[in-house]
Parts: sequence; structure tokens; C-alpha cells
Amino acid sequence: MGAQSAYKQNEVQELFYQAEQLSSSNVRDQIVEQLYKKSNELIKEGVSFTKTKHDQRTEKLDAIFTSPIWGFPIMLIMLGVIFYLTIAGANIPSSMLASFFGWIEGYLTLMFTTLHAPDWLHGVLVLGLYRGTSWVISVMLPPMAIFFPTFALLENYGYLPRVAFNMDRLFKTVGAHGKQSLTMAMGFGCNAAAVMSSRIIESPRERMLAILTNNFVPCNGRWGTLIVLASLFMAAGFTGGMKSLVTTSVIVGIVMFGIIITFLVSWVLSKTALKGVPTHYTLELPPYRKPKFVDTVIRSSLTKSLSVLKRAIKVAAPAGILTWVLANIQVGDTSILLHIVNFLDPLGQMIGLDGYILMAFLIGLPANEIVLPILLMGYLSTGALIDVEGIEDLKQIFLNNGWTWLTALNMMLFSLLHYPCGTTLVNIYKETKSIKWTFWSFMIPTGIAFLVTFLITQIVRFMGWV
Amino acid sequence: MTKSFRIALAGNPNTGKSTLFNLLTGLKQHTGNWAGKTVDLKAGTFTFKTNQYEMIDLPGTYSLFSNSKDEEIARDYIVFEKPDVTLVVLDATALERNMNLALQVMEITDRLIICINLIDEAEKMGIKINEKVLMKRLGVPVIKISARNKSGIPMLLDTIDRVVTGAIQCTPYQMTYDEETEKKIALLLPTVEKISGNKFPARWLSLRLLDGDTNLLQQIQQKITIMEG
Amino acid sequence: MMTESKKIKLFNGKKGDFIRLTHLDIDGVMRRRLLDLGFVPGAVVEVLRKSPLGDPIAFRVSQTSIALRKEESLRIEGELINP
Repeated sequence: MGAQSAYKQNEVQELFYQAEQLSSSNVRDQIVEQLYKKSNELIKEGVSFTKTKHDQRTEKLDAIFTSPIWGFPIMLIMLGVIFYLTIAGANIPSSMLASFFGWIEGYLTLMFTTLHAPDWLHGVLVLGLYRGTSWVISVMLPPMAIFFPTFALLENYGYLPRVAFNMDRLFKTVGAHGKQSLTMAMGFGCNAAAVMSSRIIESPRERMLAILTNNFVPCNGRWGTLIVLASLFMAAGFTGGMKSLVTTSVIVGIVMFGIIITFLVSWVLSKTALKGVPTHYTLELPPYRKPKFVDTVIRSSLTKSLSVLKRAIKVAAPAGILTWVLANIQVGDTSILLHIVNFLDPLGQMIGLDGYILMAFLIGLPANEIVLPILLMGYLSTGALIDVEGIEDLKQIFLNNGWTWLTALNMMLFSLLHYPCGTTLVNIYKETKSIKWTFWSFMIPTGIAFLVTFLITQIVRFMGWV
Repeated sequence: MTKSFRIALAGNPNTGKSTLFNLLTGLKQHTGNWAGKTVDLKAGTFTFKTNQYEMIDLPGTYSLFSNSKDEEIARDYIVFEKPDVTLVVLDATALERNMNLALQVMEITDRLIICINLIDEAEKMGIKINEKVLMKRLGVPVIKISARNKSGIPMLLDTIDRVVTGAIQCTPYQMTYDEETEKKIALLLPTVEKISGNKFPARWLSLRLLDGDTNLLQQIQQKITIMEG
Repeated sequence: MMTESKKIKLFNGKKGDFIRLTHLDIDGVMRRRLLDLGFVPGAVVEVLRKSPLGDPIAFRVSQTSIALRKEESLRIEGELINP
């Protein structure tokens, strides 16, 4: 057996040598040319063209979507429209879900008291597990159920390659790949999925850039936080449609800031650790095709929204319990939670946040969706318990804990810029197979998040704006 | 009696491959991981007549020359996993480039169906496709469909059924290249056949070797060594 | 008037120009990718449009539109065959 394999191995080597001798540099050219010749021949025989018209519709649309004047404004408007639809549309269902879950909570509590269940059990299950999970659902589900289908429609329509076409020059300037705009677009849905999708970029260097910076696009898990804070603190003076509009503008601003950071980080990296010239690439601009509306909507809600929600709940449930337990086990004269909060507080204050917020981001590492719920549970565990009926009641909780617009802004920025969630980190490791780069994918955003919020806080405080 | 078959779905990007995939498999989808590779391929199941089918959505590629990871994945699946039938989805509005891929798949496997999608778009653009002529020239079933409008699907399913049960025998057209290339292939072929056995397409492997792709034959040799114990 | 054939780089083509490819001065994977897409010598390519920032440029080749960066389109040559 061994001898036979050895013989075979020999034979294979010889074959390779022979092939190498026979091969010439233009073999591939020959092959492809002849394949095309054959294709052409087949088409001539089997296909007839009655009109010599090309796809007029696609050309007309491209003249608008990739126009030197309208190309960029339209991209910005599209982004704004999607966010506006998401924000305005999610508002009512969100508060309806919140009050629905609150109503059920009342009955759950009643049930626990009738059964004479111990307080801690009620605490763990209702105040921890149930509240944590239901908050995640009511804050997350409505925006997701609107965003994913809207985005899928745009994607299926064929608009995304045009974005890549328009933006390519900018990416080239910072040394990145033009298809990075496609992975960034994916990032709006889920950074973890976007990291996987970076496979469409073939050059390892540019792929790494796309992976390391993807986090600066706020994923769906952070939208809940961004939308709630923007509408509570930035659009406070407005009502109705105007309020959604102001919230949208704030979110678009935050997203633009994230994009600027993406370009900056890509540029710095491609001048330093990931040096190199942009590689060649080709981009196909497929014809615009009207998507199957109902099909696309159902499929994207069922597959995308549900799977992301499932993942969030999986994390939210144990995190809810953990937070409650931390808040209710006393060590010395205060709870473990307060010990952590007090420890983190000086750092938090320096960047315009507080110990609770940093604690929430820490526990929220597995999934960004749970940061806001954990934060609220943290605040509520110390003060008097308030019945949270709707999103507006949240503001009172924040104000009671000394929040200002600066706190809200910094939390939004920190959420935008900080380390990727656990799932994304795991995927980054899977894709790069490098502990070093996974570590940097954690450190770079975190460093920037601290730096930006620190600077803003110091400037605002120095100027006396707060 | 239910039998189960595997269908691989190949095609250029933007040919409506996933529309067809979604149409046939509905919501019965999962990401399949296949032995030894760390890539996730979308897979889905459906039943037709008494047979159970698993459909694997290969990455959309322009060719199978392994210029990129995706092309390698698609190619390796067809070569090593030997699906019961490979469905090559072509875009009716850009047949020339798409046909190029079909010709390549025909060099690798003889169980394939050519599925010309977006036929409604093509008709709007004044493109008339005579599938009977193509079928005759290519030696494999050619089906015109529109996955969007769900037209041509019964015919497609029926053809799949008849190919996997052996009711239709495909004799795919084999590319002949220029004299010089052909001569070189002939020189390599005997040794390649000896190494690869009858389980792998020797002529195509010789061509890949000429093109400088030695990795492929090495993989095959490893496979065979494993199979022989 | 006779159609005059003259050499031109793809990058220098104007919107609406038709160019018959003669030569690709690119090697390696990119060359193969271009060949796969139909940028083969002899093929006729139409210049479709420029990106808002001037680069890349979209071309129609074998019935599809493909955008190429300046680095590539400067190294693909052909004859202008406008009718």
C-alpha cells in the first residue's frame, strides 16, 4: 500500500512537471476566448433579437441614480427615508407592545402573590427574565419588522450596486475596496452577518479593512438605543411627524459620523498596519428588477427579523436574570451591582456617562439589543420602582439619574463607536483566524469611542454648555 | 418509496438564482455545512412526485476557474460532492456570458439541466430563444422559466425528475479547443485518467492542469487515497 | 464617410462610444476575471457612464454592465468603431 502510494506520488509529480512544460501563459486566454466563441455561435443559432433595444428603463434610472448631481443626494435621501419609515412606523407598535407586556406583567405578579411565591422568585422571573425579554421585544421588534423588509426591497430592486458605483472613488482614496459599501449596507441589519458577507471582497487586505470598520455602521441592535435616546432628548420639543423627522435627522447625522469614522480608520490603517494599494476589482450593475413585494416582505421578516430577535431574546433572558441577581445580592452594605457601578462611575463621568451606563454596555457585550433594558433595570433597582407605561416615562428615569442632553449624545456616540457585539467578535475570529486582529477589532472601536466621548464631554463642560 | 436526491444550483450572480431557490424550497431552508469546508451553503428541501429533493444554492459565479473563493466552492461542490443533478441558471437577457458558465459545467458533469430564467424580461426586450435548437446543440435539457412569474416551473420539475430517474440521458456537448491545446490535452490525458480513475472528469482535469491548476488533482488524489483506505 | 478605426484606451472612451477590444495589458487573477466577464479580444464594448466622481466607469460587455476602476480601464485597449 505504502509503496503503491509512493509510486503514485511520483507519477503525479511527473505529470505536474509535464503539464508545466506544456502550459503557456496564454492558455487561459485561449480557453476563455474559445468558450466565448462557442457561446456566440450557440446564441446566433438559438436566439433571435427582434428589437435592437437595450433595457431603456435601467438606463434612464441609472442616469438619475448615478448622476453627478443627483447621485449623492439621492443616496442620502434613501437613507433618510428608510430611517424615517422605521422610526415613525415603529413608534406606535413599540408603545403598544410595551403596554401589552406591562399589562401581562401585572397578572404575572398577581399570580405570584396568590401562589405565595417567595419574593426572590418573583424578582428573578418577572422583574429579571420577563422584563428584560419583553423590553427587548418591544424596543427591537417593530423597527426590525419595518427596516429589514424595506431594505430587502431596495436590495432586490438592484439599488445597492449603484451605491457601490457612486462611492467607489471615496473608498479607493482611503485605500479600501469599493464593495466595502455593500458590506457596510449589510451592517445596518447585523454586523455579525456583514462580517461574513465581507467574503465578496477577495483581497485579504481590503477584506480586513471592511471587517475592522464594519462596526461603525450601527446595526439593528443599536437602533433601539439610538432611536429612543434621539427621540427623548434630541427631539424633545417636537411632536407628531415633526418629532419623527427630527429624530430621523439626528440618526442620519449619527450614521454619517459613523461613515466618516469608517473612512478615517480605513485610511489610517491602509497607511500603517494594512499598507498596500487598492486591488483591482469589477462591479456588475445588474438591471433594475421590480421585486416581488409580498414575497420579499414575508421572507425578510420571517428569516431575518425572527432570527435576529431570537438571538436577542436568547441573550436578553439570562442577562435580565443576571442583572436582577447582581442588583439584589448584598455584599457589605450595598449590592454587587452598585459595587460595579461605583467602580465604573469615575471612568463613566470622565466621558460624560456614568457607572450604570458602562455596566450596561459591559453586560450587553453579547448583544447590543440588551444595553438599554439592562441600563433601565439598573436604574430601577436602586430608586423607587416606577411603572414604565410608555417610552416617554423612560425619560423621567433618565432625568432622575442626572441625565442631560450630553449624556444622551455621548451614549449614542458610545453605542455607535464601541466594541462589536460578542457574535460579531466570534465571526471576526472565524473569518480572520487571527487572535491579533480580533483583539484589534475590539480595541480600535473602543479606543475611538472613549476618545470621542471624552473630547466632547470636556469641550462641552469647558464651554459651560451643560 | 421515497428516494432522495441532491440538486446543485449554479449560475452567474444576478440571474434570479435565489428567486428560483426560494420558489422551489419555500421556507424550508437551512444553512448546510459540508464536510471539510468551513463554508455555509444555503440548502432547502422540497418534494416532487414521490421524491425528496435537497437543493443546494451554490455561490453565484462567472466561471469555475477558481479565480476566487466562491468559484472554488461552486466548482468543488460539483466535482467532489457529485450532486444528482446540477441546475445551471442562465439569465435570458445576457445569454452570451451566461452560456460560458454552462459550457464549463458541461465539462465537469453529465447530469445537468440548463434553466434559462428571466424569460419574461427577455421577451420584453425582443429576445427570442429557441430552446429546441439549444437543446440539440448542447445535448442537455434546456428549460425556459420565469421564477418571478412562476412560469415554466412544472416543466422544470418534471425534467429534474426525469434526469434523476434516468429517463433522460444527457450527452453534454464537449468543448473542443484549438489544435495545439487539444494536442496537449491528449498528451496528459492517459496519466490523468490513471490517477483520477473513472470517478472524475479526466479531460477537464487535464485542461485544468494545462491552465496551471495543480491543486485540484492533488485534492482528487488525496480523495482517492482515502477511499482506497 | 468611412468609419475610421483608431486606437483608444477604454478609460478614454466617451459615453456612447463603441470599442472593439484588441489588447489587455493586465495579468493574473484580474485578467482572468476580465476574460470571464467578456472582456476578450474581439469583443465590442460600449461606454455607458461615469460614476459621479469620475471613476469608475461602467461598460456594456456581453449584454451586461460592468464597472471598472481607472487602473484597469487604462490598460485595456481597442479600436473605436463608432458608426
